[in-house]
Amino acid sequence: MPVDAMEAPAPAPAPSWTFAHRSTSARRVREWPIYALLFACAAVSVITTFGIVFTLFEETVRFFEEISIVEFLTGTEWTPLFTNKHFGVLPLLNATLMIALTAMLFAIPLGMGVAIYLSEYAPGRVRAVVKPVLEILAGIPTVVYGYFALTFISPEIVRRLFGSDTPLFNALSAAIAMAIMILPLVSSLSEDAMRSVPNALREGAYGVGANKFEVSTRIVVPAALSGIVAACILAVSRAVGETMIVVVAAGNQPNLSLNPLEGMQTMTAYIVQISLGDTPRGTLEYSTIFAVAVMLFLTTLLLNIFAQWLIGRFREGYE
Amino acid sequence: MATSEQARRRRWRRTEGSVFLALCLAATAAALVALVVLLITVGADGIGRVSWDFVNSYPSRFPEQAGIRAALLGTIWMMAFTALIAIPVGIGAAIYLEEFAPRGWLTKIIETNINNLAGVPSIIYGLLGLTIFVRVMDLGRSIIAGSLTMSLLILPIIIVSAREGLRSVPPSIREASLALGASPWQTVRFQVLAPALPTMLTGIILALSRAMGETAPLIVIGALTFIPFDPSGPGSAFTVLPIQVYNWISRPQAGFQETAAAGIIVLLAALLTMNAAAIALRGYFERNRRW
Repeated sequence: MPVDAMEAPAPAPAPSWTFAHRSTSARRVREWPIYALLFACAAVSVITTFGIVFTLFEETVRFFEEISIVEFLTGTEWTPLFTNKHFGVLPLLNATLMIALTAMLFAIPLGMGVAIYLSEYAPGRVRAVVKPVLEILAGIPTVVYGYFALTFISPEIVRRLFGSDTPLFNALSAAIAMAIMILPLVSSLSEDAMRSVPNALREGAYGVGANKFEVSTRIVVPAALSGIVAACILAVSRAVGETMIVVVAAGNQPNLSLNPLEGMQTMTAYIVQISLGDTPRGTLEYSTIFAVAVMLFLTTLLLNIFAQWLIGRFREGYE
Repeated sequence: MATSEQARRRRWRRTEGSVFLALCLAATAAALVALVVLLITVGADGIGRVSWDFVNSYPSRFPEQAGIRAALLGTIWMMAFTALIAIPVGIGAAIYLEEFAPRGWLTKIIETNINNLAGVPSIIYGLLGLTIFVRVMDLGRSIIAGSLTMSLLILPIIIVSAREGLRSVPPSIREASLALGASPWQTVRFQVLAPALPTMLTGIILALSRAMGETAPLIVIGALTFIPFDPSGPGSAFTVLPIQVYNWISRPQAGFQETAAAGIIVLLAALLTMNAAAIALRGYFERNRRW
């Protein structure tokens, strides 16, 4: 439960039971303030969303009054704090996507291996121990992963493999740390998807003489595919929004490059950089963080909606 | 009778299966090794610095004198207010959605919303908190502004797990209560809430442990990194453990790496205790379920 409840609550099924319109007693009338209060609690989420949209877009509009949206989306230099200002978001976007995708390159195969092992092979006892232990990985604060990337992954793994002239702060180290962080998300959600594949499918395959490997890869994985894909998309979304690992370990230089051994700055890292500085409110530099945040918000929102749609579709498949 | 072709095929299928199992096992082992290496690295780096002095000292320019007193107190203050705000609101929202919400477009919007909010990057909550709580409501860079921000961040987690808890209570309990003449609210208050509480509690502990480790939103709302005094109340300036750790990590002097690792040890010890408590709680109540 922890990982999926924490990271990716699936769309809740309609309540199996509700009191609505079932009672007309006088007490129900007298109790209306309680119901109003409960409704207000639920409404907080909607207010939060409005708050986010309002906050982000108000400052962003101010930003785009001065900077053309074309320059923002196509410019290849991001130097809002220099005297010679450029507002091209591509270096930040490139770093964000590159680090996220590199992380997935490690996390998907490993996560799938873990998920298949736990769902198809592991004895119940092993699974009961390994699953919560792996979920500890998801609960470790990301600043700790940043420390790990900087003091272990970069010097002991990346620099040993790619030469000691590799900068200490590099995108690859951050991506590896991020892969470790999102691995339990991929494995836990994929495993849930695989376990909800009906046993009849497996038994049918065994019945016609398939072995465990064939059942796992040709029956279970394809049947659970949309759930697995949804898990991976949610993981990408997590990686895109992840902040502290990249702030600590990725180098914080806007750099439009495809070489993961260089230092880079992601969208989230830029927001932290400005927040730590003393950029005065109301300036153009200050409003850049909101424009970048809108970009980040929309990216993760689209990914999450897509993932939820997939999960919903998948759910219906076996009802 | 099997031809040699079939025999070869059978051998191949067996090899294929073993190789695949080996790969899956290797993946699982790799994940576990990563966890162990992480814990050992941090432990080895920082254990020498963990002492009562470290816990009880204020931050300092000198790595060997720096401590986490202010950050630890800040974390405790922030967690206390976050819990006070997020738990009642989260449970209230869960009760409304699970027990009373009519099935209409409004409920659907609220539910979709909660799912989407759970996926919003934490740093965006920081910008929300900065604008709404720090600036518009003029709370300043205070503990209460941080707690409100954190509450919004963990609210979706609490709502989802609280709903799970409510859903685990069978409808027959509610029907029995209604049949005896209790109102819907009385039914929820006296019959449903108590048995749902353990599952809720597990989710709440996990949500709070998430809040405890979050760094980025508090950096954005401007929690400070150098607080050489005890935070004194909800309006006080503050820092928290993860921010203090981040501050030490980002310093060039070698001594601060050790100090950072020591801070991480304290942070992880607290978090792992909370996680263990959540897991133990879940196990205990699952064994002792009445239905």
